[in-house]
Amino acid sequence: MSAFLAWIAQLPPLAQIPLVIIAFLIVVALILFFIEIAPRSGKLYTGIRFAVCILAPLLVFLALGSVAWAAAVAAVIGGVFFILDYRSKEGGGYLFQLVGFLAPAILLLAVGLIYPSIKTIFDSFYSGRGTYVGFNNFIWLFTQPSAVRTVINTIVWVLFVPTLSTAFGLAYAVFIDKSRGEKFFKVLVFMPMAISFVGASIIWRFVYEIRPADQPQIGLLNQLVVWFGGEPVSWLSNSPWNTFFLIVVLIWIQTGFAMVVLSAAIKGVPTEQIEAAELDGTNAWQRFVNVTVPGIRPSLVVVLTTISIASLKVFDIVRTMTAGANETSVIANEMYTQFKSFESGRSAAFAVVLFLLVLPIVIYNARQIKKQREIR
Amino acid sequence: MSAVQPIDLPVDAETRRQLRAGEAKVEAPVKRTKRRLTSRGATIASLIIAVLWTTPTLGLFISSFRPAGLVTTTGWWTIFQNPGFTLDNYTDVLAAGNSTLNLAGSFINSLAITIPATIFPLVFASLAAYAFAWIDFRGKNWLFIGVFALQVVPIQMALVPLLSLFSRGFAIGGTQIFPGLNAGGSYAQVWIAHTIFALPLAIFLLHNFISEIPREVIEAARVDGAGQGQIFFRIVLPLTMPAIASFAIFQFLWVWNDLLVALIFADGAVAPMTKLLAEITGARGQDWNLLTAGAFISILVPLIVFFALQRFFVRGLLAGSTKG
Repeated sequence: MSAFLAWIAQLPPLAQIPLVIIAFLIVVALILFFIEIAPRSGKLYTGIRFAVCILAPLLVFLALGSVAWAAAVAAVIGGVFFILDYRSKEGGGYLFQLVGFLAPAILLLAVGLIYPSIKTIFDSFYSGRGTYVGFNNFIWLFTQPSAVRTVINTIVWVLFVPTLSTAFGLAYAVFIDKSRGEKFFKVLVFMPMAISFVGASIIWRFVYEIRPADQPQIGLLNQLVVWFGGEPVSWLSNSPWNTFFLIVVLIWIQTGFAMVVLSAAIKGVPTEQIEAAELDGTNAWQRFVNVTVPGIRPSLVVVLTTISIASLKVFDIVRTMTAGANETSVIANEMYTQFKSFESGRSAAFAVVLFLLVLPIVIYNARQIKKQREIR
Repeated sequence: MSAVQPIDLPVDAETRRQLRAGEAKVEAPVKRTKRRLTSRGATIASLIIAVLWTTPTLGLFISSFRPAGLVTTTGWWTIFQNPGFTLDNYTDVLAAGNSTLNLAGSFINSLAITIPATIFPLVFASLAAYAFAWIDFRGKNWLFIGVFALQVVPIQMALVPLLSLFSRGFAIGGTQIFPGLNAGGSYAQVWIAHTIFALPLAIFLLHNFISEIPREVIEAARVDGAGQGQIFFRIVLPLTMPAIASFAIFQFLWVWNDLLVALIFADGAVAPMTKLLAEITGARGQDWNLLTAGAFISILVPLIVFFALQRFFVRGLLAGSTKG
């Protein structure tokens, strides 16, 4: 593995792309091939299955460059797995297929996300210097006004961004559906999605920038205020409104996401239903509420969920526009700040609070998933 | 919605042209009625939204062609009172860079990072999503909810453990199980990191689409003797193509625009554009005029991708597989 990666790394970048993708697709094709022949009965197929169970873990470990005995242990575990699979209630090859489908994703998640999360939960009970402090980090978090403010700000973000950007995205998707120049209209609103957060922050600086009243304004919003005879306002320094002006930026970005996904969903609503409603003499609004919305409900839930989680984790916008000054800080930004000042315990405590905030969203989605299963 | 051709008949160009003309004739009235459906109020509302959403970007676009002195003293809407047109911002930004890399080189890097980092998670996620949707096993719901919940892990938390894993490897009680990738200065780390971070959302979204495939379709294939591998490859993948394409677009954009992961895992000669742009602008972001041009160079590729994959955002999920 290391050798392969080292060899690939010497090639020019443009040659690396196809080679890596081809190597990856060969591996996936092998997985699918073995999944396909796994449940077949007969000595030959059982033999192949046995060989794969032993060899696959062995080869993976050797490819990762591990010590010989670790690879041997992996092979033994593979053998045990083969016996389990052979004896499983659903017949031989059932477990084999399941693991073939799930293992790549689950292994990567375990290494890259589950292990760090567990480590973080442990860290939240220790100080930055590694001594056990119990719940002190959390007590600090909920007694410091600035820290409480951070949590409240995050909740404000998560209340406004998903609802508003989904509403705008849905309205827009419905309005331009099947109209002339639909593609062009879509691109206009989708464009912010294609701009990096850093770029977006720069763009909005040109909107919010303030200059003294006797000079020409270069921020569009203040220019409008001056045209209407007002005094220029420093948008990003007056709490609590400054948080809302930051929220506008994320809404501006996420509306494109909502619009594209919902537009695809609207096109999936059977035209027969719409036409039937039309024949029954409904007006456009009734059709929208009673036919379209129920038809795209799953997609609506997905969009709301995705944007909610994105706004819970918002970091770049706050970091680049205000760096959390003037009571605009949010949890992810504060985590980074605490981490930089060697308070890893407090940083972890903030992360745990973030987990707790997302729990309602997770529970709601879990219920949705269960409901869907009952229908089927 | 093209005419159905059950088998590829050997038709010459002339016949094909006539067929297409016929199709156009049939579809023209349909298109006309569709146009008549949108009301005037809706048109006005969507125009307002479109204008609101494009104005900030338009401002940046105009600013990117103005001399640095004018950008910081006058508003971009006064372009007619204070005319000034220059390509300096673009030439400056393209030539800018550090000792190992200029912006053109980092453009290639961005491509080399983004394309594999879009394909890897999509393939793994569709495999896993299929298992969650169509194979029954104990604890499936809990495992799925667990994967879903992982979306909320902020990337900042996972960076440090991952970095130490890549560079120092993994050991249990003093025995080195995995010696580390030894892949500093190559793309491998960035690919793996992006793949991991994309998986939870990708699995969740694709599962939603894959589980909507009518049971009859899957059962029919099973009766015809297809195994799980074939069902996945020949039925599920083609049917979920719209979902996969739309997620691919978003994943491409997220990776292309990502700065945080690049800061940690892509150093030296493999840095992507975002990292270099951030360097050029400097920590205090005073060179506004340079960043305006840089932002527009980096927006080009995502827009091309969006246009290229647009046709996948087609009619519903299951057009043609079953009736309603």
